Amino acid sequence: MGILEVKGVGKRFGGLQALGDVNLSVQENSVHAIIGPNGAGKSTLLNVLVGKLIPDTGSVMFEGQSVLGRSPHEINQMGISRVFQTPEIFGDLTVMENIMIPCFAKRDGSYRLHAFETVLHEKELVAQAEQILIDVNMIDKREMHAASMSRGDKRRLEMAMCLVQEPKLLLLDEPTAGMARADTNNTIDLLKEINEKRDITMCIIEHDMHVVFSLAERITVLAQGTPLVEDIPEKIKGHPKVQEAYLGQAHG
Amino acid sequence: MLGLNKKDMNLLLLVAGLVIFAPFILNPFPEGSELAQFNAGYPDLMQRFVIFGIFAIGFNILFGLTGYLSFGHAAFLGVGSYAGVWMMKLLTMNVVPAIMISVVVAGLFSLLIGYISLRRSGIYFSILTLAFAQMSFALAYSVLTPLTGGETGLQLSLNDPRVLGISATETGSIPVTHFFGLEMRDSFELALGSWLFTFNAGYYLCAAVMLIAFYLSIRIFRSPFGMMLRAVKSNQQRMKYTGLNPKPYTLAAFVISGMYAGLAGGLMVSMDPLAGAERMFWTASGEVVLMAILGGAGTLIGPVLGAGLIKYMENILSKINSTILHEWFAFMPDGIEDVMVTLVYPFIGKGWHLTLGIMFMLVVIFLPGGLVEGGQRIARLFRRRGAKTDDSGAEQSQNTPAE
Ligand SMILES: Nc1ncnc2c1ncn2[C@@H]1O[C@H](COP(=O)(O)OP(=O)(O)O)[C@@H](O)[C@H]1O
Ligand SMILES: [Mg+2]
Repeated sequence: MGILEVKGVGKRFGGLQALGDVNLSVQENSVHAIIGPNGAGKSTLLNVLVGKLIPDTGSVMFEGQSVLGRSPHEINQMGISRVFQTPEIFGDLTVMENIMIPCFAKRDGSYRLHAFETVLHEKELVAQAEQILIDVNMIDKREMHAASMSRGDKRRLEMAMCLVQEPKLLLLDEPTAGMARADTNNTIDLLKEINEKRDITMCIIEHDMHVVFSLAERITVLAQGTPLVEDIPEKIKGHPKVQEAYLGQAHG
Repeated sequence: MLGLNKKDMNLLLLVAGLVIFAPFILNPFPEGSELAQFNAGYPDLMQRFVIFGIFAIGFNILFGLTGYLSFGHAAFLGVGSYAGVWMMKLLTMNVVPAIMISVVVAGLFSLLIGYISLRRSGIYFSILTLAFAQMSFALAYSVLTPLTGGETGLQLSLNDPRVLGISATETGSIPVTHFFGLEMRDSFELALGSWLFTFNAGYYLCAAVMLIAFYLSIRIFRSPFGMMLRAVKSNQQRMKYTGLNPKPYTLAAFVISGMYAGLAGGLMVSMDPLAGAERMFWTASGEVVLMAILGGAGTLIGPVLGAGLIKYMENILSKINSTILHEWFAFMPDGIEDVMVTLVYPFIGKGWHLTLGIMFMLVVIFLPGGLVEGGQRIARLFRRRGAKTDDSGAEQSQNTPAE
């Protein structure tokens, strides 16, 4: 049994079968990559996992509990965090506040009327937030407006926001899209470190094969809403079906 | 001190200074002088300043922090007023129970309306709140007449039961509102030369309540709860995927701001025990929106400034008539005098709404942060003049767009 078990999930948008019959098992503490051409249904699958979409068929179990029918904040509180394809951050707030919010969410749950405490008096959480900002190299930007940062910084911030929650499963939707090579390599190192040091299972969608093959322990190839193959990276590289459906297209 | 940092404490002290010395500050011109008509330091107007200040502070907790624009907040003020008058009719003329019941009833009413309206966001939320407020207004005017007094409004009468007080005084009149014996209409007048200052008990009660309300709003702004409300405004999607449920946060903000409105309503009837349905009319709801935006939504002091400015214009600018204008321009040759009067006339007296409208447009277009932003810009201008050396650091934080 993996930490995440997806069985027979299907999702239809009008006439389009975005997900066919998806089966996926993600092992605890592993890095599992999902690759596939544009429109294969990768983001749709993640949306199902975090409760943004409800699938038409199938089941999704996380640590033996069903996530279907739960709202996004409940699923997050179960231990699943997500980094979006376009960074979702609190643009009007400062970088520090962006980090403080998940700190509070982790400590206080999905709602608490803490109207007469003061954010900056929560020394423990402030220290925790500062530490994570140091870890992701953003401590000098703590008072900056999040919206005014570069796209790469927004991504790192979003990732840091997920990390302070210490999720059991981190879902990443193209975390290096639009990054320069150096930034991409930094992100790879950061993700590796997260996986090893913090025992966070990761499920990563990626277009960049360099990233996928440096990180993933297992790879699932998705095409037109159905998994083609699932295997270790070495096998995927040479797989004829994959070459045809994905790699061939991507390089050609 | 009081759990505030130095900057917030200074702001609180500034506001405290302004309201405590308001009888002086608002009466700068000597009695009988040309400019005496611009004096605003008389009790009922000063009371209105701080009461609407409270209303706007509360509205700002919802609108300024979460971005949810309610167009029905006057309903809570109205409901609070009715509840307060009923307390005075049934229990006592002491204003404390009346104010408390106003807050509680308005809070419950806003819980109901907020719960339903917050199923939607954006324009649909605004329309729902507007619809509820207009419904309340219509009901108060018609079916609920036994409770609200209908068109005449809810008033005290000589045969109110008033369990903890008297129905009528020995002289056969309706007793007056008081705070543990201190009558709200009690005033102390101080004549200094040709200046006359009035210190009114009712005003100081309202001012004290307003300072408490302002202090609480600072605490809310600086609290984790306040930060969550700004997160609601910024990105609800991210909030949900961070394990937070935006709904109860927004509803709590709605109820808190409804309670502030009820508090304002309770104070209104404590000063003048009469509640009418027109207090719930949509224009009254719109007014508090204007106050918040004009002063600076989402800032601490902005709504108070906005409330003060609008109430000042409503009461002072509206009193100027063409005779006064002719006096002002009397020094000009007759022909030009008439032209000037004709030009200025539409903007004063009953035309004060036009002035307000133009000001509002100018603020929205040029100062989206309201008067507070205007003040900040002026302050920055002076600071830059003062210290020419440190203008290098400011630009460094400019964003470098990726790819
Ligand atoms: N909310 C939606 N409504 C309708 N169609 C959608 C929706 N989301 C995704 N799709 C469609 O489903 C297919 C899979 O999309 P997506 O999961 O985003 O692919 P990708 O693998 O590139 O992330 C695409 O054809 C897309 O147009
Ligand atoms: Mg995608």
